[in-house]
Amino acid sequence: MLTAVAIILDGLSFSAWLFLASAGLTLIYGVMRILNIAHGGFYAFGAYTSAMFVGWYSTTDGHPALVYLFIFLAALVVGISLGLLIERGFLRFMYKSDEVLMVLVTYAMFLILEDATKLIWGVDPYFAFEPYAYLGLVEIFGLPYQIYDLALIALAVICGFLLWWGMNKTRTGKLLLVVIEDREISSGLGINVAFIFTITFIIGATLAALGGAVTAPKISVNPGLGVEVIVMAFAVVVIGGLGSIGGAMLGSIIVGFARAASVHLLPEVELFAIYGVMALVLAIKPYGLFAQVEGRKI
Amino acid sequence: MIKQWDTTEKALVVSLPVLIIVGLLVPDWIQFFLQVSMASGLVALGVMIQARAGLVSFGQGLYFCIGGYAAGMAGHFWGISDAFVLLLLGVIVTLVIATLLGFLMSRYREIFFAMLSLALSMILYGILVKAEVLGSTDGFNLPRTTFFGWKPEGDAWNTATFIFTCVPTIVIAVLLNRYLRSPMGYIGEAIRENEIRLEYLGTSVKRAVHIKYVIAATVSGAGGVLAAIAVGHVDPEMTYWTTSGQFVFIVLLSGTGNIVAPLIGTFLLEILRIYAVEFSPNTWQMILGTVMLLIILFLPKGLWSLINYYKEKRKS
Amino acid sequence: MSALLETRGLGKKFGEVVAASNINVQIQPKEVIGVIGANGAGKTTFVNMVTGYMQPSEGEIFFRQEKINGLPSRTLTRRGMCRSFQIPQLFMDLTTLENIIIALTIIKQNNPSLLRPTMTKPIVDESMALLSRFNIDQYANHKISALAQGVRKLVDIVMATAGNPKLLFLDEPTSGVSADEKMHLMEVLMNALRFTETAVLFIEHDMEIVENFAPRTIAFYEGTILADGETSVVLEDAEVRKYVIGSEFHRQGEKTHA
Repeated sequence: MLTAVAIILDGLSFSAWLFLASAGLTLIYGVMRILNIAHGGFYAFGAYTSAMFVGWYSTTDGHPALVYLFIFLAALVVGISLGLLIERGFLRFMYKSDEVLMVLVTYAMFLILEDATKLIWGVDPYFAFEPYAYLGLVEIFGLPYQIYDLALIALAVICGFLLWWGMNKTRTGKLLLVVIEDREISSGLGINVAFIFTITFIIGATLAALGGAVTAPKISVNPGLGVEVIVMAFAVVVIGGLGSIGGAMLGSIIVGFARAASVHLLPEVELFAIYGVMALVLAIKPYGLFAQVEGRKI
Repeated sequence: MIKQWDTTEKALVVSLPVLIIVGLLVPDWIQFFLQVSMASGLVALGVMIQARAGLVSFGQGLYFCIGGYAAGMAGHFWGISDAFVLLLLGVIVTLVIATLLGFLMSRYREIFFAMLSLALSMILYGILVKAEVLGSTDGFNLPRTTFFGWKPEGDAWNTATFIFTCVPTIVIAVLLNRYLRSPMGYIGEAIRENEIRLEYLGTSVKRAVHIKYVIAATVSGAGGVLAAIAVGHVDPEMTYWTTSGQFVFIVLLSGTGNIVAPLIGTFLLEILRIYAVEFSPNTWQMILGTVMLLIILFLPKGLWSLINYYKEKRKS
Repeated sequence: MSALLETRGLGKKFGEVVAASNINVQIQPKEVIGVIGANGAGKTTFVNMVTGYMQPSEGEIFFRQEKINGLPSRTLTRRGMCRSFQIPQLFMDLTTLENIIIALTIIKQNNPSLLRPTMTKPIVDESMALLSRFNIDQYANHKISALAQGVRKLVDIVMATAGNPKLLFLDEPTSGVSADEKMHLMEVLMNALRFTETAVLFIEHDMEIVENFAPRTIAFYEGTILADGETSVVLEDAEVRKYVIGSEFHRQGEKTHA
């Protein structure tokens, strides 16, 4: 019984992290048809910036509760600056290229960002535990649980809701949906596709950075953070189907619970749990659960 | 125009004795350097032949590592030191694993293929890093290799392993060139252009991709064995994404036009790396990434396409 | 029942959209059939289903009395059924010659070789001969991407005929070909196919071509077969005139006006 509770709590916690870590990736793909491998770099930058801000803040006399603002600020700073820089400065010249070439481009950018983190922050790990510990513990069915983790679950739910609401209820969101459907017709209808792309990329980058920023207090921030995330995010997004936010949610839940179950029941196969689920889904539905198969006119 | 042996193959065959002689004459460190370049060059060739089908492998390091570790484990744990046995073992293990994984990978193209190949290589990385028995991130050493019972030392060993590296490299390069010129090779290229047409002509595209995948993997595994023997050490870095990234970079730089190009490209890159890492250790990835972007922007078919361009200009 | 190809109750639905329904067709060996119908009437869908590119939603297909539902295109090609495409499906970055050589090589080798060179004198000669039959040998060393649509169409047709199939589907063979060359192309093509005793079904919008080369015509309309019979009879049929020809009659002869 206790194990079940533990699995549920850990499952929710991990699912929340996975969703935060992968929503940006699937959003950018859905709208722009770009698989942004640099996503891992955005995440890493978010984590480092957040750790750095937390570190600075802890040397001031500010109220400890305000540190969380700085975590969000870190995400925004990274998302907007990197997002704008890369999209406006580079990607927008390449939209006519084929998908594989775009993947090579974002891959090259990831390589650059990877070294950039080492140049800016060095190779030693960063720690920023205070925000994680500050909110304290709570007992659920006798099991201790960090309130911070619960907050992350709430954050993931909020982000999911905002994304859903934003895309289905706001004007810009509906334009996004139109562009997802058909880029050419959208611009034919007078939609400013370039603007949509910039907004989407910035949101996607900020989401990635947010994932990193809120995770930083829980881990030691090291080089190599980014690649673990991009592989994991890809697995989640693939399970749900590239481009589908709902799919990313479902994928996060499936993988999150699979991992939680394996950690508590069979720890040796933890790694395989995640990729095993991915392989299983791909075996049945080669392009993911909510994938849209496109035919070709011949 | 039509001969049994084309120019590239003839050049490769001629280059073998030249390479060996050069290796014997140059200082030890250059000889070692050539050896390591050839081993890496084989992996780059693996990436290159897949690239001709439009398949970008971001995780070719997987098989580089499998080959190396297979040889390494045989040497370290079972005391097998014969170079020929190690090479055979590494190739067989790689072949088997690639055939199995190929059933999955041959269903995919483009983004999925690229990312799945990355994922697979990083999964192996995760496994190896946690494997205490294999030395985790430190890896482990190989015993000094022997050749059919002969146990050379010092300079003799250096020369023996150098020649042992040259021969398979050239042979593989010739065979790969043959493959690219063969019907399977042409089909492999046509995959990139129009799969529907290929299926309607009567051939299985999935099978062609599977075969290509296995060939590329096996070649890379061989490279892994040769690298392990040369360096005497294996570690999980072999399958890390940045290692795979180097092979992608080389193929992007040298293009897919000719078998020789990635081999030369690897050699040049290794020279560059030595100086770049000495100059600034944390910017190598950044340099690679930046150059990649420049190539994609200005020379998407790689440097070799420049050579073709001038060849054609001279013709007209 | 010695029909080369037979379909029974063949149909295709995309969600709620019915692309084709209740298609019953029999094709005899060596027969030549013209297929007419407006765009979206189901002609290409029919060919896509029969040649294995698309799974039918209902119905059965028999080739040489064997049920072929679900078999992939490559198997059907090996059994003697080939097609050309409305939009030419070629290897764009390769030369015309390379395209044909690849086609011939695959046709000749069930298990394509891994080590023997593709470019041998015999196959180059054979490819050039095929190209010159259609007067496009001068384009042998041009990349497909550099060719005009009409030439691409021809290359596509050459690739479809290279294996001497028993049954050949041509999807708008003369579209993209200039008006004064259409007749000549069809003559060359049909003569060659008569020589190889190939049954041909060609989709066309040009009624003159249909009249001149197809003794039998099938008219499609909104996914069903409107008429199927002798060409002169079908082209006079009131419904065919109303729903099909009325919108696209190209002939400038006496019988144009109702």
